[in-house]
Amino acid sequence: MALNRDFVGRSYPSGSPYEVSRVKIKEFAAAIGDSNPIYRDREAARAAGHPDVVAPPTFPIVFSLQSGGGALADPGLGLNFAMVVHGEQRFEYARPVYAGDELVSTATITEIRSAGRNELLTIRSEVTTVAGEPVCTTYNTIIERGGAA
Amino acid sequence: MTATVKYDEVEVGQVIPAVDYSVRRLNLVMYAGASGDFNQIHWNERFAKMVGLPDVIAHGMFTMAQAGRFVTDWAGDPGAVVDYGVRFSSMVVVPDDDQGATITVSGVVEEKLADRWVVVALTARAGDAEVLSRARAVVQLA
Repeated sequence: MALNRDFVGRSYPSGSPYEVSRVKIKEFAAAIGDSNPIYRDREAARAAGHPDVVAPPTFPIVFSLQSGGGALADPGLGLNFAMVVHGEQRFEYARPVYAGDELVSTATITEIRSAGRNELLTIRSEVTTVAGEPVCTTYNTIIERGGAA
Repeated sequence: MTATVKYDEVEVGQVIPAVDYSVRRLNLVMYAGASGDFNQIHWNERFAKMVGLPDVIAHGMFTMAQAGRFVTDWAGDPGAVVDYGVRFSSMVVVPDDDQGATITVSGVVEEKLADRWVVVALTARAGDAEVLSRARAVVQLA
C-alpha cells in the first residue's frame, strides 16, 4: 500500500528526555563487538580528553527515532512494518554523545517517495541536550518492500 | 578528544587495510537487545522467510557499526568522527551455524578538507555482495 504523502513535513517532538547511561553504552559496545575502553572506562575516556564515557558513533540510533517511531506507528501512514528494511542512515555530529547526557530529539518526516516497487520514507531527527545544545542530526531512510506495487 | 592519525601524514588515495568482522546469530540477538530493534527479520528465520527474505539478515545498523568501528580504530578516537553516512545496498544474510557471515571493511582517504578533516570512503562486503554503498566518514585528524 502506498504511504500517505500527507505525512511529509510533519514533526514529532521528543517525549521525556533520553538519559544516556554508562551501562547502556557498555551494552551497545558489547553488542557491536567493540572492546574500545573509551566506551566502558571513565578514566580511559578522561585520559583521552572526554568528560565521561563516549558512545560509539552509531549509538544515537537507540534514541533518535523515539519520536519518529510514533509517526511510523500511526495507522494513517499505512506502513507495513513486516516489509520494512533500512535504506540509508547518516549522522552529523556537533559533538560526541557522552554518558550523563539528557537528550531530546525532534523528528520530521522529510520525504516519502517511490522507487520501483518500493516506498522510501526519510526522517530527520535533531538531537539536542535538554538545555538546547546541539548534539547531532540523524537522517534515517526506511524502505517498505513492495509498498508501491 | 584527539585522533592519533596525523592530518599532515595522510595522503589522498591512501588505503586503510581491510578488516574482517564476524557476525553470527548471537551478535544479532545482542544487537536487537542493545538497540531496541526487535524486527523479527533479524532473529526469526521462519518470519524472515515468510516475508520473502532468504534467511535471517543482519540489522543494517549492525553493519554500519562495524564500518564505524573500522574508522574509529583507524583514527584512534570515536570523538573524532564528525559525519558518517551509508546506504544499505545489499543484505547480510546470517545462517544459523557456527560460521555465520563475515563483513569485510576497507577504506581509502578520498579527500582532505580544512580544519584537519578528511573524508574516508568505506567499502563493506559480505561474500560477493557490496553491503554498503556511498559509505563516507568525515574524521578530524590530529
